[in-house]
Amino acid sequence: MAESLLTIEHLTKRFGDALIFDDLSLTVRQGEVVVVVGPSGCGKSTLLRCINALEPIQGGTIRLEGETVEHKGKNLPELRQKIGMVFQSYELFPHLTVLDNILLAPMKVQKRGKEDVKKEALEWLERVGLKEKANSYPRQLSGGQKQRVAIVRALCMHPEILLFDEVTAALDPEMVREVLDVMLDLARQGRTMIIVTHEMQFARAVADRVIFIDDGKILEEATPDEFFEAPKTERAKKFLNMFEFHREAKQDDRK
Amino acid sequence: MPDLGLEVLFKGKNMVRILGGLGVALQISLISVCISIPLGILLGALMTWRNPVTKAILRLYLEIIRIMPQMVLLFLVYFGTTRAFGWDLSGEASAIIVFTLWGTAEMSDLVRGALISIPVHQYESSAALGFTKAQTYLYIIIPQTIRRLIPLSINLITRMIKTTSLILMIGVVEVLKVAQQIIEANRMASPNAAFGVYLTVLVLYFIACWPISMLAKYLEKRWR
Repeated sequence: MAESLLTIEHLTKRFGDALIFDDLSLTVRQGEVVVVVGPSGCGKSTLLRCINALEPIQGGTIRLEGETVEHKGKNLPELRQKIGMVFQSYELFPHLTVLDNILLAPMKVQKRGKEDVKKEALEWLERVGLKEKANSYPRQLSGGQKQRVAIVRALCMHPEILLFDEVTAALDPEMVREVLDVMLDLARQGRTMIIVTHEMQFARAVADRVIFIDDGKILEEATPDEFFEAPKTERAKKFLNMFEFHREAKQDDRK
Repeated sequence: MPDLGLEVLFKGKNMVRILGGLGVALQISLISVCISIPLGILLGALMTWRNPVTKAILRLYLEIIRIMPQMVLLFLVYFGTTRAFGWDLSGEASAIIVFTLWGTAEMSDLVRGALISIPVHQYESSAALGFTKAQTYLYIIIPQTIRRLIPLSINLITRMIKTTSLILMIGVVEVLKVAQQIIEANRMASPNAAFGVYLTVLVLYFIACWPISMLAKYLEKRWR
């Protein structure tokens, strides 16, 4: 297997008295797609926020290519350029056009030339089917379109690893697909990604490895087939059953 | 058509005088606006700091200025300071002091509101893109704050212009005072002049404030 890109060792995270992670360790290899699932409130999103130091941690280390990611660390802006993050609520910059949203960070943070970045941005926009929206403002886009722009914005920084924080959770069902398709495409290109999602079918399709978190620990770590077919822990079984139950319940409603 | 007594406006220098009065009102509000906006931005930014002492002091200042009717503030500065400290402030100077105090307080609250209305996620997503704190403010936060702020602060300017009508109470001869003088002087000759003259004052305020309001509306639409 390829070398490890991201290493999390003995991570401890607390919000006040509430213990979110207790001695959590995780290694992500180059080119691997890790999907994180678990009941809501288990800290999946917090994990991603710790990885690019949006949250301070109370113990353990997080290293990207051997460099320690530290909240308020001096090299943090440099490290964060290597960590692309896409948020649930898109968080495009409302005062800038789609194109400027994408160009701003590469030009101002990485000091790259405008023409160079613009060419790349337009190629990506075309690839996600949004080239004609380049000069629109975020408010003129649908949720799914905004999220695709947010993905392109992260990609144009040439990150080593991409973090997706429930990126389809705020979308209308018919828009979920267009975003997931982009992510599947990225996975096929061999990008390293950590995905937090509630879309179980998608998780199964995209993941190289599934991580199940509950009670501040990784309770299960398996290939998607193993995890979804034969979860080892009771908790994971219960968690997966909840999705089954919802589906059956809905069918009953329809009758 | 009833006799509005409009002819008094064309007697002697009345029209020039009433326009001069408007000039005084506009001048006082303009000077106050020019001082309050930068001060308000500064204080508004300070209000978003976490330091509880700065916060408390600024809050107290804002609340006091807000709760007091402008008229009371004017009397306090114009008459009160003479009594208490022996200052001999002119009406114009007192008016500028009061309007600056008031404008700064209102402006700082607008700035504070605009700053805290920027969602935390905007800071986070720019941090996640590798922007430093200074870059985040420069490229993301300040441009958005200004867009929210400009329509609001323009409305504040029109409010200040209108409120200058109070300063006749401390002896400043502004447009309303001139109007009263004209009416008084012509009481015998045109007893109906009050309506026409005050109507003219209304029109003058409208002419001064309307374009400013329109500008605010336009900017608001453009930046929505």
